[in-house]
Amino acid sequence: MAAVHWHSRVRRYEAELQGCRLEAVEAGDCHPFKPITVTDSKTRKGGRKGSTSSSSSSSSSTAADPLSSMLDGTDPLSMFAAASASETPALSHSTSAGELGRRRREKEEEVGPDFEPWSAKRGEILGRFTTTEKLSINLFMGSDKGKASSPGSTVSEKVRNRLEELDDMEEGSQREMLNLSQQDYVNRIEELNQSLKEAWSSDQKVKALKIVIQCSKLLSDTSVIQFYPSKFVLITDILDTFGRLVYERILSMCSDASTPPDTFSPDCVNDTAKETCLNWFFKIASIRELVPRLYVEAAILNCNCFLSKSGVQETLPRLTAMIRGIGDPLVAVYARAYLCRVGMAVAPHLKESLNKNFFDLLASFRQTHSDSVQNQLVLQRVEVPVYLTLYSPAIHWILQCVSYRAPEALLTEMMDRCRKLGNNALLLNSVMWAFRAEFVAARATDFIAMIKDCDEAGFPKHLLFGSLGRSLACADPPENERLSILNEAWKVITKVRSPQDYISCAEIWVEFTCRHFTKREVNTVLSDIIKHMTPDRAFEDTYPQLQSVINKILPHFHDFSVLFSMERFLPFLDMFQKDSVRVEVCRSIMEVFIKHQQEPTRDPVILNALLHVCKTMHDSVNALTLDDEKRSISQLINGFIRMVSFGRDFEQQLSFCVEARATFCNLEPVLIQLVHTVNQLAMETRRVMKGSHSRKTGAFVRACAAYSFITIPSLTSIFSRLNLYLLSGQVALANQCLSQADAFFKAAVSLLPEVPRVIGVEGKLRSSEPFLLDFINNFLSTLLVVPDHPEQAVLYLVRGLLNMVQDYTWEEGSDAKVRVYISALPLLAAMSQETYLYSIPKVDSNETLYGSDPKFVAEINKLCETLIGQVLDHLKSLGREEAAGVRKQSSLAFSLFGCLLAHGNLQNNKLNQLAINLWNLSHKHGYCETRTSVRTLEHIKQLGQQPGMAHISDMALRLSLQSRA
Amino acid sequence: MSLSLDIRLKRANKVYHEGEALTGVVVIVSKEAVQHQGISLTMEGLVNLQLSSKSVGVFEAFYNSVKPIQLISSNIEVVKPGKIPGGKTEIPFEFPLHVKGNKVLYETYHGVFVNIQYTLRCDMKRSLLAKDLTKTCEFMVHCQPQNGKLQPSPVDFTITPETLQNVRERTALPKFMIRGRLDATSCIITQPLTGELTVEMSEVPIKSIELQLVRVETCGCAEGYARDATEIQNIQIAEGAVCHSLPIPIYMVFPRLFTCPTLETTNFKVEFEVNVVIVLHDDHLITENFPLKLCRV
Repeated sequence: MAAVHWHSRVRRYEAELQGCRLEAVEAGDCHPFKPITVTDSKTRKGGRKGSTSSSSSSSSSTAADPLSSMLDGTDPLSMFAAASASETPALSHSTSAGELGRRRREKEEEVGPDFEPWSAKRGEILGRFTTTEKLSINLFMGSDKGKASSPGSTVSEKVRNRLEELDDMEEGSQREMLNLSQQDYVNRIEELNQSLKEAWSSDQKVKALKIVIQCSKLLSDTSVIQFYPSKFVLITDILDTFGRLVYERILSMCSDASTPPDTFSPDCVNDTAKETCLNWFFKIASIRELVPRLYVEAAILNCNCFLSKSGVQETLPRLTAMIRGIGDPLVAVYARAYLCRVGMAVAPHLKESLNKNFFDLLASFRQTHSDSVQNQLVLQRVEVPVYLTLYSPAIHWILQCVSYRAPEALLTEMMDRCRKLGNNALLLNSVMWAFRAEFVAARATDFIAMIKDCDEAGFPKHLLFGSLGRSLACADPPENERLSILNEAWKVITKVRSPQDYISCAEIWVEFTCRHFTKREVNTVLSDIIKHMTPDRAFEDTYPQLQSVINKILPHFHDFSVLFSMERFLPFLDMFQKDSVRVEVCRSIMEVFIKHQQEPTRDPVILNALLHVCKTMHDSVNALTLDDEKRSISQLINGFIRMVSFGRDFEQQLSFCVEARATFCNLEPVLIQLVHTVNQLAMETRRVMKGSHSRKTGAFVRACAAYSFITIPSLTSIFSRLNLYLLSGQVALANQCLSQADAFFKAAVSLLPEVPRVIGVEGKLRSSEPFLLDFINNFLSTLLVVPDHPEQAVLYLVRGLLNMVQDYTWEEGSDAKVRVYISALPLLAAMSQETYLYSIPKVDSNETLYGSDPKFVAEINKLCETLIGQVLDHLKSLGREEAAGVRKQSSLAFSLFGCLLAHGNLQNNKLNQLAINLWNLSHKHGYCETRTSVRTLEHIKQLGQQPGMAHISDMALRLSLQSRA
Repeated sequence: MSLSLDIRLKRANKVYHEGEALTGVVVIVSKEAVQHQGISLTMEGLVNLQLSSKSVGVFEAFYNSVKPIQLISSNIEVVKPGKIPGGKTEIPFEFPLHVKGNKVLYETYHGVFVNIQYTLRCDMKRSLLAKDLTKTCEFMVHCQPQNGKLQPSPVDFTITPETLQNVRERTALPKFMIRGRLDATSCIITQPLTGELTVEMSEVPIKSIELQLVRVETCGCAEGYARDATEIQNIQIAEGAVCHSLPIPIYMVFPRLFTCPTLETTNFKVEFEVNVVIVLHDDHLITENFPLKLCRV
């Protein structure tokens, strides 16, 4: 095909704009660009945290998401979320709504969600009471073998059977497992739990009962006493299972599946169910030993409701009294705890027996110091304070049950009773732990006096203060007492010797201090902690507590200048010397900062401190750091950088950026953010100077450009680099730094060959082509306003770019190169206009430099011709290929046609002919989309009707729509 | 050919009183039709007495077992000879529990030397070639409530070394003082035995406190009579060194079948006692005995 001579169409942008302008329409409510407020159903805070804008340099982030313009207010997702949140309880309600009996409702009234359930305590106890000593399980089971001998067997057989049975009893049934480690023990108990369920499901009810009895028997054994609370937890799990199984079985016998489980009265229970239930109770009543009998009966307490209405009411006090028979105080107190637990679950309205339990406990409290206990402790080599803490979970639980929604008077009475007992530290501790925080807080001074009166030898005092502090952290004591409370408490705490004990107590009190006092007091507390924890590097073992101190302080100091002006805060941070913990702490500080810092800041105290904190985070990054970790750290640092503003002191800001770059050189997202910040700074300067820079500001913006120019190459992500070059070039251009802009663009062009064909996007390998095309198109549109370098040839940058495109190793069989050529045509056409579509104030573009010099236009046209030639060659080569090539050919030809139509001067016959040929080519093989063709043709016809466009309408006649055969 | 015969009583607890009627169904499950020579029910009540080897000697105990005493024996025919169709057939029946003459129906009781048992037997007679089928089921008899109001009369007791009998060396005994109270020794069999017990003082720590329920069975026979006391059950009410001067509840449920209202007849007697057993840590065993009178109201 002969070379085509290009003639750009002369554009009158103003007139065209006028022509295209739509009629003004009254902007109604549904204007698409109206800013939309997405009403989130849940009010969320801290939206700033997440976004790291990496592509837009504009700081105004008010632009609303056009996608959400479809919506009329509420975000559908959050609507769903809200709906499901409100629905879930409704659903669970509806299933049982009609059937909720009076009893259930009564129960719910008695025990609200504010009652901390046993399941919450369970894990804590298991984790806290452990042992390394060897444990043993002693089980006495009857033989599992079927005893029935066949009726026809002879006498000798019978005798033999009987003898075998006796052997069984001797060997197999009494199993004593010695030397179990704690884990083995737990596993064994779990096995027993399983075999209980198995026995039950295989209808061996007697075996199930035996298992349960044997298990509960283990609870009367206090060897390895440190493990007892955990043992209690494990075994009562089995008991709970058993209780549930029995209850469900009897329930299934009496209900015809239609009667709701909670509404029945004993009258409508049928005889068979009653008889079965009675049988269970008779069987249990004949258990020889006290402890198993007590536990098993308590386990099936709620079966009493099958027999009579008042059954539970009568049984609970009896069981409560029965516990008096248990001599070992620890066994007794846990039995009480179990009874309270069952009582709360079955009949929470029966407060009397709960109280009775507690008073019995007080009455027998001296047992804890009896001779037999002392002997046992000596034998097991357990110290008294350790022994006493074993009681805590049980007494806590009992008191929690007793005090739950109890009237004030009762609590006062309880407290008085505790006070009357001489050595009451253990009780006092539980009282503070279990009673309502408000109650404790109101009497905090009394409590402190009581704690002081306690016997030092018994229960450790720091635990007492710990419990008190816990209550005070939730409820406020009277205003005028607060300081004296803190003083009194801290006087004791500071005397605690062991760093471990000290910090666990101090950690609790930090909350109270932060709540009610100023930074001065908090500072004092911090310095005291530092003083205690520094010797012998004690802090190394207590990182979790120290961390929790920080976490308690942070929410109370939203003003970071106050926080960092505390002298001891940073020294406190220095105690975190283990890297992982240190970073963790820094991270929580930054999170709080980003969440609560509302205004940009320039406070040197904050900046220094936070720079230090961020540096710590940054320095923790190494080759092994996970990507996610890096990303979140970068996000935090970016959040900080965005919050730094020196107002009009731009130079200061720039030097901050320089410092930040030096500090955070390993985190790319931070560097990107810094470049954006500096670009923004330059634009801000321009805004302040209203577009015309003075000598000083001119130098400053050049410094900014220089900053960007040397920062960008250190990035590894090639597209970040390209985009930043382009962006910084645009900023430099806007600030009239021509040579800098030129350098940016040149750098971008020379970087192009390095773009790899595949890049990793979110962990997946993707072809880089679409990204590259995007970038090049973006670049091309910028190039329109970039004036030519005086020492270089005409269209130096455009040529450079196109050369790079030509030399770039594109993907095999891809026509990206040709697409770039096609999209370069509009640029060239635009360049040959007399006035350009857009320009930059105070920068002379080529329009002014060349003034549409014919030589310049000729140069452009020559370039166009080359490009078109290339495209046509490509089209030709595609035509030789198979179907896929033809299809591509069609679409390429069509886009070139579109380009000619829009930008070429079609009055020129050759161009006109070319256009028609292209049209035909694109329709030749029937791969053209008919709808697009039809609409294009309509558009052409419309164009043709405009004045001076007669040639277009002529052409339209020659374009034929392809008919689908 | 599978054929099964079963008796199902209407009452789940199978407890009947004199004058009432046992109602229920005879259930026959068979795949095919069954030819039979009549199905009948037999009710029987027996007192089995056995002499203990301890009181009369091994051989006498073995050979000289006392003849069982029959309390009731009656028979009714449920179905006349004929054919029963295949599948499950339920034949309802009603069998009055009436005694002949001046005999008394004692309460069901399972003991060691005395057993009072009532059974209902179903027999299906069949032709010569096939085996007869039999099914037996036990039912309980509770005697009629006894007349006369029971006045609960609490019994207080104090146990100290001085109150003990059968002590070998009184000087070797540790000092202790236990007070207690039984709410009644005439007990209603359906109600638990209650009371309380307080360890006022004990030199040696206590290992265990137990309630031992004992039956005393007396059998009369030609050679005289044999009286034997055996344990029914042992219930621990305190374990370990219990808190001093804090009352510990005494509570024991009378087990079913193994207890009955105290019974005295010409041929045999069934009586009950409870022992409060205190085991000290040095394995001293202190027992206090209380005869009980059980009755049903």
